[in-house]
Amino acid sequence: MIDFYFSLPDIVRYIIQGIAVICFLFPVGAACSMAERKVAAWAQDRPGPNRARPWLLARIPIIGPILGYFGIFNLMADGGKLLFREDITPGHVNKFYFVMAPIVAMTPALSTIVFVPFGAYLDSAGQILPVMLANVDIGILGVFALASLSVYSLILAGWASNSKYPFLGAIRASAQLISYELSMTLAVVPVLLWINAPGTTGSLSLVRVVEFQSQPGFWGGMWFVFIMPVSAFIFLITIFAETNRQPFDMPESEADLVGGYHTEYGSYKWSLFFVAEYCQMIVGSGIFILLFLGGWNPLPWIPLADLVNWLHDLLHWQWLMHPIFVGLLSIGIFVTKVLIFIFIFMWVRWTLPRFRYDQVMRIGWQRLLPLSIANLVVYIIAIALLQK
Amino acid sequence: MPAILFYIFSALTLAAAIGLVANRNAVASALSFFVCLCGISVLFVMLDAHLLAFLLILVYAGAVVALFLFIIMLLDMHGGKRPPFKKMTIVASSIAGALLIFGAFSFFARGQFSTDELALAQAPAFFTDLKIYGAKLFTTYMLPVQLVGFLLLVGMLGVIVISKKHEEKEPGDRIQEPGDKP
Repeated sequence: MIDFYFSLPDIVRYIIQGIAVICFLFPVGAACSMAERKVAAWAQDRPGPNRARPWLLARIPIIGPILGYFGIFNLMADGGKLLFREDITPGHVNKFYFVMAPIVAMTPALSTIVFVPFGAYLDSAGQILPVMLANVDIGILGVFALASLSVYSLILAGWASNSKYPFLGAIRASAQLISYELSMTLAVVPVLLWINAPGTTGSLSLVRVVEFQSQPGFWGGMWFVFIMPVSAFIFLITIFAETNRQPFDMPESEADLVGGYHTEYGSYKWSLFFVAEYCQMIVGSGIFILLFLGGWNPLPWIPLADLVNWLHDLLHWQWLMHPIFVGLLSIGIFVTKVLIFIFIFMWVRWTLPRFRYDQVMRIGWQRLLPLSIANLVVYIIAIALLQK
Repeated sequence: MPAILFYIFSALTLAAAIGLVANRNAVASALSFFVCLCGISVLFVMLDAHLLAFLLILVYAGAVVALFLFIIMLLDMHGGKRPPFKKMTIVASSIAGALLIFGAFSFFARGQFSTDELALAQAPAFFTDLKIYGAKLFTTYMLPVQLVGFLLLVGMLGVIVISKKHEEKEPGDRIQEPGDKP
């Protein structure tokens, strides 16, 4: 099976890998919408969606009611509803760009995952190798480049809708994205300076960042969130702003803009915007975890390799050292961290009120940007002294 | 396989470039420009120049074209249509295009290229190792970098001056901001 897979031509393998990752990311992105409703319900002390129970599936003992309680059937019903609902295109829109906008929203959201290492395995020499789609030196620069394209979907959707509220929403959204991109990039620079220590080849790869956080010793095993808390804080805020999440959900502030840039959209096109937003959240939290929370390492000061060796010494099962098991274990650790992070996203959404538009701009330009520049200068001096 | 990809993406880039010039709708032009940039960056990726490819996407496709679109949509709300070309424009641009093609042709026809493949393979990978790239920018190419930075500074100051002018015209008209004291 494995031999057959590796005997395939490279391009076929890459296509299979890409489709496999999308087949994971897209449904998880869609399932986040239901998780959002459940978390909202818990935050507001009500049961939330739990009534959809198809008669055969709900009869399965134990599993059926649990699935019903967590709203899994609601998710399916929601998806079905959005798929089969009449797809209305209003008469006053620019049809081509109106249809293009959701597609343009999905493309960067799904393609940024290419540069994200989501797991690792040990080869026979004990060397850690990443599980990812494209292990190139560019790494985080590629993520930023592709993520910066997501602004087009907002602009196109707002403009093509040819009506006031979507246009206002699009203007706000793009202004917000452009304003916070700067602080986001500057916040990451100290991490990249630190990992490009003298004597190494230059790299922006996220794999290198995780390798740096899984070294032995007190300073080696420390996650970057402890060394660079300000960077982590700025990056966290800018992820919220870049993914248009509360408290930064200007583009769709329904109180003053009806629905923002997607007011004129309905059925499946509308849901694509949401899945794209959740996919961006997943990739964004993945990058935060890789940069600041140790990637696929289970705990600070406990790298993945140590965990696997320790389990192997304890249980003496040969398959514990098998690359597939280690790969799955690391992916499991990484995905768990991402899901916890997604929960925090939702928790914040139902805890904090929305900022006003002028507050969003003031925070971005007058608070975060000077803070990130000052942070960068301090770390440049510190790193220059420490790594001399 | 790379040859096929090269032809596909060159054709796409050229088609988008023609669309950029020929389109009547300014928004469609800007989006053609975007597609053109994406095509060029794919060509860079095929040359293993990942850094250039992604800088192109990040700076031009991600920021510059987005600003173009912004300005077109904000200033020109009449459907983004532009008047047909004047005769003078067509003549001038064809002369300029011909000169450009002639220049490129003479560069390739008369320029000296090293065709020694071994020497090419052993040359330092200028655009692949980021550290070499950064070091070159700060040593060999220091003066151009400084000059470009200075030009950008001048441009920025110009933008600030131009955009400030409008505000001073109507001093009484300022909209009260939510943070202002009444």
